[in-house]
Amino acid sequence: MSFPVSSDGLLRLISDVGLVLLPGLASADYGPSADWGLNLQRPVTEIARDILDLHNLILIICAIIFVVVFSLMFYALFAHRKSRGHKAATFHENSMLEVVWTIIPFAILVGMAIPSTATLLRMDDVTGSDMTVKITGYQWKWRYDYLDYDVGFFSVLSTPREQIENQADKGELYLLEVDNPLVLPVGKKVRFLLTANDVIHSWWVPQLGVKKDTVPGFINETWTRIDEPGTYRGQCAELCGKDHGFMPIVVKAVSDQEFAAWVQQQKELMAAAADKTWGMEELMNRGKTVNNQCIACHGPTGQGVLGVFPAIAGGKIATGPVEEHLKIVMDGKPGTAMQAFAEQLNDLDIAAVVTYQRNAFGNNTGDLVQPSQVKGLRE
Amino acid sequence: MATAASTYHEEHPGGITRWLFTTNHKDIGTLYLWLALIMFFVGGAMALIIRAELFQPGLQIVDPHFFNQMTTMHALIMVFGVVMPAFVGFANWQIPMMIGAPDMALPRMNNWSFWILPFAFTLLSSTLFMQGQGGAPSAGWTLYPPLTVQGGIGTDFAILSIHMLGISSVLGAINIIATILNMRAPGMTLMKMPLFVWTWLITAYLLLAVMPVLAGAVTMLLTDRHFGTSFFDAAGGGDPVLFQHVFWFFGHPEVYILILPAFGIASQIIPTFSRKPLFGNDSMVYATASIAFLSFLVWAHHMFTVGMPVGGMLFFMYATMLIAVPTGVKVFNWIATMWRGSMTFETPMLFAVAFVFLFTIGGLSGLMLAIVPADFQYHDTYFVVAHFHYALVSGSIFTIFAGAYYWLPKWTGHMYNETLGKWHFWLTVIAFNITFFPQHFLGLAGMPRRIPDYALQFTEFNQISTIGSFVLSAAQLLFLYIVVQTIRGGNKATTQVWEGAEGLEWTVPSPAPYHTFATPPKVS
Repeated sequence: MSFPVSSDGLLRLISDVGLVLLPGLASADYGPSADWGLNLQRPVTEIARDILDLHNLILIICAIIFVVVFSLMFYALFAHRKSRGHKAATFHENSMLEVVWTIIPFAILVGMAIPSTATLLRMDDVTGSDMTVKITGYQWKWRYDYLDYDVGFFSVLSTPREQIENQADKGELYLLEVDNPLVLPVGKKVRFLLTANDVIHSWWVPQLGVKKDTVPGFINETWTRIDEPGTYRGQCAELCGKDHGFMPIVVKAVSDQEFAAWVQQQKELMAAAADKTWGMEELMNRGKTVNNQCIACHGPTGQGVLGVFPAIAGGKIATGPVEEHLKIVMDGKPGTAMQAFAEQLNDLDIAAVVTYQRNAFGNNTGDLVQPSQVKGLRE
Repeated sequence: MATAASTYHEEHPGGITRWLFTTNHKDIGTLYLWLALIMFFVGGAMALIIRAELFQPGLQIVDPHFFNQMTTMHALIMVFGVVMPAFVGFANWQIPMMIGAPDMALPRMNNWSFWILPFAFTLLSSTLFMQGQGGAPSAGWTLYPPLTVQGGIGTDFAILSIHMLGISSVLGAINIIATILNMRAPGMTLMKMPLFVWTWLITAYLLLAVMPVLAGAVTMLLTDRHFGTSFFDAAGGGDPVLFQHVFWFFGHPEVYILILPAFGIASQIIPTFSRKPLFGNDSMVYATASIAFLSFLVWAHHMFTVGMPVGGMLFFMYATMLIAVPTGVKVFNWIATMWRGSMTFETPMLFAVAFVFLFTIGGLSGLMLAIVPADFQYHDTYFVVAHFHYALVSGSIFTIFAGAYYWLPKWTGHMYNETLGKWHFWLTVIAFNITFFPQHFLGLAGMPRRIPDYALQFTEFNQISTIGSFVLSAAQLLFLYIVVQTIRGGNKATTQVWEGAEGLEWTVPSPAPYHTFATPPKVS
């Protein structure tokens, strides 16, 4: 990870340079193993493979043209120098030559356009999908809704704040890890519907070959079919404000059976969460994770920003009546950055985060909020 | 000197009023060039803040919001404050001397179009001191809504200064067109004009066509922000993507505004140091005109991932690929000019040759970006950052250096220090490649652009890039030193300056007198 170059890294560099010169090759999975990655990531869908092949093809054609053209130039720089006594010729026109070097590039371009068009048409065909996931971009997190299964959740960066601020060693998956990954079955054509809640974001997973902007008020469409089980990581690709660099995407591809089991488990969790009576420790653990969404404004230690974002630590909402605290979390505060989380979080998460905030950061109120209480407020 | 003074009128006011009230094309050219050089260091300092933060993963130096202000301001300043004013400076100095005119056609307007700029950049830069109100604009130089609508007061200052820059550019363009079309020396037909004049004529038309479009786009942003309109807000019936279409209808021709004069400068320098006429002069003119025409038909290639009908994507892909043809013709013509010449490699030629070589890398990566399926992987990554720095630094900035070294002897009457010039060249060209070549790999491996912090596998190439950027910046201080040294003294320059130089500007003494061509020369 550090500079100067390790001998390992150098070897890798040399081998990768060799690999880049040959078609059909790419760097490894997203992650630390891909240090010195020189080419597109290893594809795990047919489209991503097509893109990689197309990329390698065009790169090689460009490289050949470049080498041929500039060999001529460097030959001239060497041979046709005044210091070697070369006398200047006087020619300055040749119509035949001009026609030739207009037509040859044009023909090469046509040759490039044909496979590009074919791949683009395949990418654009969203018909015949097996299931649909709606992806919504928020500042600065993603929401996934499985429209066929009535399951939905937020996916937030899970890298601890201390790592970002250099107060702890950075983990292997630094900035590429989330609390809830998007779980998808392998071998199924999954259609994505993409939109955004606030500003434009862009959902990008390089190994799937999928990148599409999420535009507030509009719905975009794209699709993927993942070949092999695994975890694939990406990031938001469109500048979306302060924490644009901190809203990664994690896709976990599993077998059909595992996917069915996961859906079942999600449903049970949601049902159970509403009725069960939760203990302090469970709520605090869950609340700590949910609280990651509050950190962007209220800070990792709940200090807030003086005059802009109120403090949670010792704040009058978090240490005052529970009802007021719940109300502001669920309904937000109009005219400020405080969003209404009632639609964004489920009953359990709201109960957990309020419980957490009332007992963390030195707010030892001892209050415990149950999901049923939140459910009651919704009605 | 006495004869020179009687042949050429040298009188001009002294002190600050000379510069404030000047209507002389040479003085105004000098003002533009100094402004560009000052802004070059301001924009460069911002780039260093960006690169310093990206030296390691984690947040070390600035917070993400300030980082976004730096990326936005760096781009706005380099585009509007460095490359455009530098080219207008060259135009002011050189176009009248190259076409045998006594001055620009509209000298008072010329003064105004320059003096708008310092005020515009003061307004724009002042936003850095408004951190309590949100600071400088931070939504990227592309100003995409709805993010821009969220911005603080800095966004409004940026919109106002863009309006001022637009007025300045339009006035400058009108002046250049009026000068070229009306004031050429007898016998200088359009097809006999030097290529630098030709490329500027075409650039001026591009400016006239698209600066008002940008003004319209940012005005709509302003009314969306403050006056209750919803041009770009879906909740009010608008469309955020509409802004992108309008912006890039300005933005793509703008890219050629930033490069066509560079083509012109290279086309003056390469024949001089090859001691051989420019190959395919007419085809160079036609290629420039075709590039300018096509630039209006390709804007949506900046936004393939936004969700377009497949027919639209195919159209913009094919049109974009087509630009490679006239651009290729230009590169071939430059190489054919060098072919069987009698070349020497003074600093202007070194920068011009490096321009041909490195700009072509930017051109070829541009062709790769045109391929829609592949663009879905490249878009908004460091691959794009590498691409446009190869086009704008080794394209525009290198030719600005080339032009400065080429014409400085004519402007100052002194030869610059060739040894230092070569040091500047080699340091710049090596550090430039160390800075930007690794960014191709970062982008392909998956690093998005405009992020203040990154995953661990991107560390090594970012460190190399940052080291390169600091060397690159330090080398530019050497350029400043060389320029100042040349102004203050040095070997006397001859009238022709360069052995192979041809054209009217090389028939007037060095330094060029305050007024030249009071009587038009005859061109055979």
